[in-house]
Amino acid sequence: MSATHRMPNEALTRIIEPQSEDDIRDILAAAVSAEEPLAIEGTGSKRGLGRPVQAARTLSLRKMSGVTLYEPEELVLSARAGTPIAEIEALVAASRQRLEFEPMDYGPLHGLEAGQGTLGGVIACNLSGPRRLKQGAARDHILGVRAVSGRGEIFKSGGRVVKNVTGYDLSKGLTGSYGTLAVMSEITIKVLPKCETETTLVLRGLSDAEAAGAMAASMGSSAEVSGAAHLPAYVASRVVDGELGEAAATLIRIDGFGPSVEARAAHLGKALEKVGKLERLERDASERLWRDVRDAKPFVDGTEKPVWRLSVAPAKGHEIVMSLRMQAAIDAFYDWQGGLVWLRMENGEPEADLLRETIARFGGGHGTLVRAPETARAVSAVFQPQPAPLAALSRRLKEQFDPKGVLNPGRMG
Amino acid sequence: MSVMMPKPSEAILARRRAIVEALRAIVPGEGVVDAANEMAVFESDGLTAYRQLPLVVVLPETVGQVSAVLKYCHREEIPVVPRGSGTSLSGGALPLEDGVLLVLSKFNRVLEIDIDNRCAVVQPGVTNLGITHAVADRGFYYAPDPSSQIACSIGGNVAENSGGVHCLKYGLTANNVLGIEFVTIEGEVVRLGGKHLDAEGYDLLGLMTGSEGLLGVVTEVTVRILQRPETARAVLIGFPTSEEAGECVAAIIAKGIIPGGMEMMDRPAIRAAEDFVHAGYPTDVEALLIVELDGPAAEVDHLLAEVEAISNTNGAVTCRVSQSEEERAAFWAGRKAAFPAVGRISPDYYCMDGTIPRKELPKVLAGMKAMSEKYGLRVANVFHAGDGNLHPLILYDANNEGELHRAEEFGNDILRLCVEVGGVLTGEHGVGVEKRDLMPEMFGDDDMKHQQRVKCAFDDKHLLNPGKVFPELHRCAELGRMHVHKGQVAFPDLPRF
Repeated sequence: MSATHRMPNEALTRIIEPQSEDDIRDILAAAVSAEEPLAIEGTGSKRGLGRPVQAARTLSLRKMSGVTLYEPEELVLSARAGTPIAEIEALVAASRQRLEFEPMDYGPLHGLEAGQGTLGGVIACNLSGPRRLKQGAARDHILGVRAVSGRGEIFKSGGRVVKNVTGYDLSKGLTGSYGTLAVMSEITIKVLPKCETETTLVLRGLSDAEAAGAMAASMGSSAEVSGAAHLPAYVASRVVDGELGEAAATLIRIDGFGPSVEARAAHLGKALEKVGKLERLERDASERLWRDVRDAKPFVDGTEKPVWRLSVAPAKGHEIVMSLRMQAAIDAFYDWQGGLVWLRMENGEPEADLLRETIARFGGGHGTLVRAPETARAVSAVFQPQPAPLAALSRRLKEQFDPKGVLNPGRMG
Repeated sequence: MSVMMPKPSEAILARRRAIVEALRAIVPGEGVVDAANEMAVFESDGLTAYRQLPLVVVLPETVGQVSAVLKYCHREEIPVVPRGSGTSLSGGALPLEDGVLLVLSKFNRVLEIDIDNRCAVVQPGVTNLGITHAVADRGFYYAPDPSSQIACSIGGNVAENSGGVHCLKYGLTANNVLGIEFVTIEGEVVRLGGKHLDAEGYDLLGLMTGSEGLLGVVTEVTVRILQRPETARAVLIGFPTSEEAGECVAAIIAKGIIPGGMEMMDRPAIRAAEDFVHAGYPTDVEALLIVELDGPAAEVDHLLAEVEAISNTNGAVTCRVSQSEEERAAFWAGRKAAFPAVGRISPDYYCMDGTIPRKELPKVLAGMKAMSEKYGLRVANVFHAGDGNLHPLILYDANNEGELHRAEEFGNDILRLCVEVGGVLTGEHGVGVEKRDLMPEMFGDDDMKHQQRVKCAFDDKHLLNPGKVFPELHRCAELGRMHVHKGQVAFPDLPRF
């Protein structure tokens, strides 16, 4: 970058808003020839995720909006990348369908309004929610993509059908790449029928270790559990407006057709009664509760205290938390049967080294610093550092797709 | 053989003796096979129309040996073709005359079963069904079930992203693999994912799965295992037209029901299967659906009633629900024997694998009928109706001059039609050599180049499984050049940089 580009210049258009795929290509081609990096975003609702991007200007996809194909009976939807995810969720809900991966909304955790994200953002960050445990993440539901790489070239991958092994799955490759490989213009995903009803069994007063056992037993049963979370004492009071009270709550969700849900809940309930006091939340109350778990409501506190998201072997989650509690002031709760640990660092320090060392000691996985002040994110390894051979592969992939480093430089690195 | 393979390197062929000796120094004893008569069993995979003896066969037993073999081949620039059980239907494991065939069959151990985390860690040579057997006594199973599951290896499943009858509800291999260990062509051992969900960083696991042995050699796989459904029952539904069968499928899904399996057969396939296994199929219908519902008994009973009601309002002329496990097995016996059944009524058959949007089925079936007349060859159809994956079986006799060629042309026309209606060339069998030259039907030049750039990130010398998937190999140096778009740019008011 030449000196002039680093100088603040009000005349520069700081936000570029392409309206077509060709616009994106032209903007990226120009950026490549000038070697000028760009921040890539939808509405900017996830700007607080990842490392701060060093770019004077932003390419925003907010004007690349609109559902381009929705065929409920084919279980498929295509939309331009800047389409609000809320709009898509409302559209499919009208046909009694849903996005099965239950994408979380980082807005509230970052002190922003809920419901601001786009489909492109959901895919770029590979978001998912509690149902990920049973049904997979965004990467398991993407069918196809159109995009412009950091070479200023338009390409497509995949298609609109579920069963497709024609060529490399670049759609998955772009999912979770935080806009560092290509700018997606249009995305095709799988949609599925919304379950007829749901119920949540709530076990009260279990320790983290007891909860881990109860969740493992539930997941290993034939009840087809679609959510397994544990909110330790006091954390439980920070969901559904305190209605659960303070006692620890272990949540087991069962959804599907009415008679089936009833039979499975009764069967599993009988087994769980031996473990502890059992309550039940039906339908709307259950939905509300899981939305709060999905969006990490217990840590939606209006602060910038560091929040980590650990992905580990489900049975190891509580052991990692136990070990960390002895060395740092943390607050924690669990989703995905314990395999997703949400951690808030009470002293304001991310303690990245301690975290990573602990994860490694308990068999591996990874930790992502999903909330922290920009200054902390600039100096911390927000994403899990990779072993050398894997890091080399990732770097070579980035060089192939974005040789001049114009797309979201530094966001993942 | 109508597909051109890369021209073998004379230099490598001339060095064959030295290469064999070098490989023997890495893999001792019987792990290196170079006698033509002993290599013959490896000359083709499930796509038997294509045959080629490899330069040499290597059967390593340790990850260290795999790494050393690959490192050697990388240094010496010798092509490597990885192979599992060799059941590929697209020629993915077809050997190269100047290439080492790296066979993973000795990696056949189940390393760990972890019920609390509901996963199994296995070596790549373990068969698909072997995983289910290893966890069955705990009430679990591995969900993806390609029809070759008795023989096909999990490493091959990862390479091909294999599907099966149950993937509508339970997903493909990609959705059921949590982690892998693989060796790069440079001999580096890399681990992706593990027992946790969501591998970190770029989704290289997603890229590796279905990469047909072109990116790395898988040496360990961690798979998700599921609790076996409490019960499963099937219903057999006959229709006077395939349109009505297709509408019934759409109506079932519109009702919010995702069956464990939903298969369709057309009249020629029904007749062939019935004559072969006497499954009790109605032979006077044009289309037959097998819908299997699995899960808790309460759910299965409830949904069976729904499916019966839906089929009655969608023109079904017969509808039979399995009343016992034996009867359910009989319903499936015909479908599962469809390929050999067709093999009985024709000397040879050629199996296709396109996927289409379900609603296009009548159009595609009509198109196939017209092609059948044009080429003078019969076709029978089995169809994963739930997810739109077609398996037309083209009947031909290789002893008749030109029939194989006509069958291949017929198949290519079917796949072109699949792409034309919004579908794809291959749903689960892979591109391999078979559909390689059709890739441009689906992908433009820039699409293909971006796929090959993934290849360049992993294997810039194009040593792993060359000649497969891509009709044309662009050199990585050439792909690396920047072609800046010089045309009229949008936003002319933006300051030029």
